[in-house]
Amino acid sequence: MTDVLSRRQLLERAAKGGAVLTLPGLLAACGGSSSESSGSESDKTLADTLRFSNWTLYIDNTKKGHPTLDMFKKETGTTVKYFEDINDNASFFGKIQGPLSRGQSIDRDIIVMTDNSRYPSLLIKKGWLEKLDKSAIPNIKNLQPSLQHPNWDPDRDYSLPWQSGMTGIAYNDKLTDPVLSTDDLLENPKLKGKVTLLTEMGDTMTLVMFANGDDPSKVTDATFDKALKRIQKAVDSGQVRQFTGNDYSGPLSKGDLSAAMAWSGDVVQLQADNKNLHWNVPEAGGGIWTDNMLIPKGGDAFTASTYMNFVYKPRIAALIEDYVNYICPVVGAKEELEKIDPDVAKNTLIFPTKEMLDNVVGFDSEALANQKYLEAWQNLISS
Amino acid sequence: MGFLHRHRNLTPYLLLAPGLLYLALFFVVPLCFLAYQSLESGTFDIGYSFTWAWGNYWDAIHNYRDQFIRSLEYAGIATILALVFAYPLAYWIAFRGGRWKNLLLLFIVAPFFVTYLIRTLAWETILADEGPVVGFLRSIGILDDDGRLLATGTAVVAGITYNFFPFMALPLYVSLEQIDERLIEAAQDLYASKWKAFLRVTLPLSLPGVVAGTLLTFIPAAGDFINAQLLGSSQNHMIGNVIQSKFLELTDYPAAAAMSFVLMAAILLMVAFYARLVGTEKLTG
Repeated sequence: MTDVLSRRQLLERAAKGGAVLTLPGLLAACGGSSSESSGSESDKTLADTLRFSNWTLYIDNTKKGHPTLDMFKKETGTTVKYFEDINDNASFFGKIQGPLSRGQSIDRDIIVMTDNSRYPSLLIKKGWLEKLDKSAIPNIKNLQPSLQHPNWDPDRDYSLPWQSGMTGIAYNDKLTDPVLSTDDLLENPKLKGKVTLLTEMGDTMTLVMFANGDDPSKVTDATFDKALKRIQKAVDSGQVRQFTGNDYSGPLSKGDLSAAMAWSGDVVQLQADNKNLHWNVPEAGGGIWTDNMLIPKGGDAFTASTYMNFVYKPRIAALIEDYVNYICPVVGAKEELEKIDPDVAKNTLIFPTKEMLDNVVGFDSEALANQKYLEAWQNLISS
Repeated sequence: MGFLHRHRNLTPYLLLAPGLLYLALFFVVPLCFLAYQSLESGTFDIGYSFTWAWGNYWDAIHNYRDQFIRSLEYAGIATILALVFAYPLAYWIAFRGGRWKNLLLLFIVAPFFVTYLIRTLAWETILADEGPVVGFLRSIGILDDDGRLLATGTAVVAGITYNFFPFMALPLYVSLEQIDERLIEAAQDLYASKWKAFLRVTLPLSLPGVVAGTLLTFIPAAGDFINAQLLGSSQNHMIGNVIQSKFLELTDYPAAAAMSFVLMAAILLMVAFYARLVGTEKLTG
């Protein structure tokens, strides 16, 4: 076993393990209908502690702790209580929705959730988030232009990106010719049974819709059905071996899989051990998703916003990026990183080229919230 | 002391109280809640309300019949396999283990020192396409050259069998261990062959272990979803996978609750049938 556990992999596994022991959904379900929360008006004083829930392995990390968090404490006097307790979007949402629906605080000031799940927009719709205190975030000007206006939060009133990642195709050049298109992945007979797709509807659908010549950022019933049928066909024919979270990484690096729909950041980590792995944005187009910092109701918006401002300094973002290997949302971080770690700064999976970014989109957030689509999708992936 | 002395007949109830309270709080209450929830209708976005929505049950059975049947089938096969593998092993340890008994038992329990998830992931490696098991099966022609085990029902059943093996082996061992060997000697003295003595004496006496083992294996196995998720393909998903996705991915709590009840009912029915078949006294030894 040489494979390094990537962040998502670790999380997914931990989540699955946790799910065996607990029934988060059951507990979460105890929440009744939503009630108005008292929502703390943020005053402009910094709290002593900032409670920050994030995914594991998603910040700079040394034996002594997290250097950037220590720097924040030095600069502001606020101690960050850092929890690595988000395993996957669905179970984390299951955990927090009970208290939030009863108007209780979840004892966190910042949480991080992915916008290719329906949860960030659902949290806004339910009124379970505090607005950012933008007066405390002048550095918001450093946000990548392409990330400034997501359709679920057009003015970034409630969210600020932590990291992004791309969804594309990974392949093992020892086992197959380059797999550069989604068509190839779904229909090339040489790959039969050696291919996996992703369980996240947004990820897989984005790639397949692009391959169909449709627009994944504006889903219609017709384009959705067309993509669904095409995937169903690939499943029925035995082309698709499994739908996975990032548990594709083990089989991919071991050689059980020739190609897989995969996340860019995972592959950066897998490549460290297996030089035969490659990742690319499919010719027709790929996906991009963003993990967003959000302030749950009851959180301290001013302190949280002050922290967000801190990580949007290019130098701090560079320090985090040097460890994390996903896509940095902060303009100027690349230049800073060139000074500390030029190799990482050169990696196009971490700082993608404009050409790559032009060829990826986020999946339609309306479609992500469409119960009918979600159900059809779940039925497809567990038939 | 005086109180207990005067109300001596209360003592057993007082001793029972913590256990009963625990069960009431963590089993009965959630169960009632689940039953209530299974009859709600609505969506997560607008909220669920109680409407005696019996349709949830019909939908559960009607839409997911395949996964229900598959769950019972996989769990059934795995239980039988575990029994076939565990019986000789438990027998051998109980009667021939000698001073190594405890060590051998430790070997059976040893996998429990590793978490469930990691154990299952290890099977991913064992059954890998380029791994030794598949290689061997290909070389003797059981699998064709691009045949595989991972992402098949076989792998799921193998995973379940392995993961629940100790639940089968330990009760078997306990019941075999308790058998008075003089009974077997007596049978042989009365001209029973070894095989006949086993069939007429050992096997019937070990039946409580068989029953306990099969129930302890079958019941959790039928609700398992980890093995199907990691070792199976989407066509091998069990009802546990569907319930999990309904709860977490779709936040469709009523549907998930209804499915949980249908699964419970199916298992109860099968257990009741089984108990009748072998006789209830065997259940309690």
